[in-house]
Amino acid sequence: MRRTILLIAGLVIVCALLVWGLERASTADPSRSRSLWTTVRVCSDPNNLPFSSARHDGFENRLADLIAREAGTRVEYTWWAQRRGFLRNTLNAGLCDVVIGYPTGSDAVRTTIPYYRSTYVFVTRRSRRLRVQSFDDPRLRGLKVGVQLVGDDGANTPPAHALSRRGVISNVIGYSVYGDYRSNSPPSAIVAAVAHGDVDIATVWGPLAGYFAALQPEPLDLVPVQPPADDHLPETFDISMAVRAGDTARLDWLDRFLTNRKAEISRILAAYHVPRVDEDHR
Amino acid sequence: MKYEPKPIAAAQGVACCDVVNRGAVYDGGTLFYNTLDNRTVALDAATGKEKWVTTLGDINKGETITMAPLVAKGKVFVGNSGGELGVRGWFTALNASDGKIAWRAYSTGPDKDVLIGPRFKPFYEKDRGSDLGIHTWPGEAWKQGGGTSWGWVSYDPALNLVYYGTSNPGPWNAEQRPGDNKYTAGVFARDADTGEAVWFYQMSPHDLWDYDGVNEQVLVDLPINGTTRKTMLRADRDGYLYVMDRTTGEVISADPFVHITSRQGIDLKSGKPIENEAKKPSVGSVVRDVCPAAPGGKDWQPTAYSPRTGYLYIPANNLCMDFEGVEASYIAGTPFVGANVRMYAGPGGNRGEFIAWDPVNRRKAWSIREEFPVWSGVVVTASDVAFYGTMDGWMKAVNARTGEPLWQFKTGSGIIGQPITYRGPDGKQYVAVLSGVGGWSGAIVAGGLDARDGTAALGFVNAMTDLPKATTRGGTLYIFGLP
Repeated sequence: MRRTILLIAGLVIVCALLVWGLERASTADPSRSRSLWTTVRVCSDPNNLPFSSARHDGFENRLADLIAREAGTRVEYTWWAQRRGFLRNTLNAGLCDVVIGYPTGSDAVRTTIPYYRSTYVFVTRRSRRLRVQSFDDPRLRGLKVGVQLVGDDGANTPPAHALSRRGVISNVIGYSVYGDYRSNSPPSAIVAAVAHGDVDIATVWGPLAGYFAALQPEPLDLVPVQPPADDHLPETFDISMAVRAGDTARLDWLDRFLTNRKAEISRILAAYHVPRVDEDHR
Repeated sequence: MKYEPKPIAAAQGVACCDVVNRGAVYDGGTLFYNTLDNRTVALDAATGKEKWVTTLGDINKGETITMAPLVAKGKVFVGNSGGELGVRGWFTALNASDGKIAWRAYSTGPDKDVLIGPRFKPFYEKDRGSDLGIHTWPGEAWKQGGGTSWGWVSYDPALNLVYYGTSNPGPWNAEQRPGDNKYTAGVFARDADTGEAVWFYQMSPHDLWDYDGVNEQVLVDLPINGTTRKTMLRADRDGYLYVMDRTTGEVISADPFVHITSRQGIDLKSGKPIENEAKKPSVGSVVRDVCPAAPGGKDWQPTAYSPRTGYLYIPANNLCMDFEGVEASYIAGTPFVGANVRMYAGPGGNRGEFIAWDPVNRRKAWSIREEFPVWSGVVVTASDVAFYGTMDGWMKAVNARTGEPLWQFKTGSGIIGQPITYRGPDGKQYVAVLSGVGGWSGAIVAGGLDARDGTAALGFVNAMTDLPKATTRGGTLYIFGLP
């Protein structure tokens, strides 16, 4: 008898959850979702953890699953290395409809409202007790400093610019963001370099640093770089989802999705140790 | 007959600069060419059967090969691409018979890696010293210093010297690599058998503008001040036409063939460029009216020389650029900032020019203004006709002595290929060209880029917004019979 009551209670809870779930989904208008998303076609890098991977174990894969659940369909990937030509060969070629992570306000695409804001961080071994917080720290002149390198003409990561304009040059070691594409997450070598002691300190984009620092057996400290902007060069960036220019229907849908699912998105980002500097997140 | 090289599919999107191949070469019944994933392939030209394949680099590390090899004296000469991805540039010689690596010379690092030894005698003081491939860089930056060689190779059988240029330094910004950044953005002369460096001349020490030094070397003997000299003609990215002594590396003259503001001249005594300090870029600052723009007075599209007219025919760009603040970009999940570059037509409003240059008298003999950058090669015949193509698809023939237009034909797409001429099995003369727009200048059409985003294709889209109205994508080989 008692067991039956428990079973009924359990069924009631399940039914309640189902109804609640349907109500939640209905906020996104299921008929509209179906016409927009036959499948959720995502443009993604197959080898770029913690963001995405062909094994679906990046946080952008988890966010894509969340979109698909909301839209009542499944995810379909177009894989392409996220490098020069990525947008042209994927999103803008019409092979897929959404890029899960892209800097807010980029000219080449339409971006949604930002769903997180992160920062470049100083990464050090905790045992070194360096606690460098600012590019103006004079100790940076004497330490071996790792920076992420980008080879686009005239372009580089903001910490590389911030250091060079302070004359911190000859003790700086570059780690290409392209890395070795055969390895698991090519841009991650810079975090391992800190853990192994190849460099004393490194400046790394937050999501990459957070995820790979947590995987190192050696405890690492992550400190947001200061100042957060150096003249016109920002060290913090808002990240959005992106659609093709003109695709306002999906843009509006995603904006509502990001607003409605804020808490779940935050939980996913936290599970991947993404350092965040969103004002309302603090 | 068909041979499929089957490049590594996993490398899709990994190559720095799109899917590019600058051609194959033929020698003694064998066809030689390079693949994007760093293989040099030798095929039996009659059967298509593979003779040998040698892998020279790793695309997963950003290294690619886009250049056409040169075969001379039993060797195949090959260089790499990928300076933007932190690659260390090299140039290598393979045995044409079996594909074994005979020698490899790096563009940065210690003298032993650059194959610099007792025979190395640069003409200018500025290019002399030991281990400059290390000492002209901060820290270990030379290890990722660029200086790849993705352009054209020349060979002088009498001197047994092989000549090639090196690309711009990378991937650091200029302020992050103080020093001359040897041996990037210059030209090497090497012994074809051993690879030993004989001389080097750096056109762009500490390059600021993406002025790769990979343009072709035209080897001709010219009467200079009453004596015949073994010269090398180089229409460089920096906009100067260099007449050099190819035995010593001396610059005999260096004159602007396009409008130049980035430099005030080349000091022939020291061999150094006189930089225009007002035009130096730095991230976050605004600098306007930098000419030539990054693609240079001429990019890799080769010139042609006629021993009959004595002119060098230059397919030129007339482009300037502005740096206006910064733009955010994104690669491999990492946001970064770069200069917001916009390119546009230089003085006169035309973006290209087809120039007949007199290298002995150091002057433009005549020129034809073109709406778009002239991004095709040139062929000039013994009957004094010069052929070239335009980005809006016209194949043109002009009088090589006067520039008078003789004939033109509208092909299906823009022309960025190299015209050739040959005698057919029927004894008649033909001119062939591949029509199909693309590359850096044509990316707006080939890549379907948005004309509203002027900074796309590293700022080139801004100068090409009207190209999609003038042509469409293509890929057709046109063969014209001469009457």
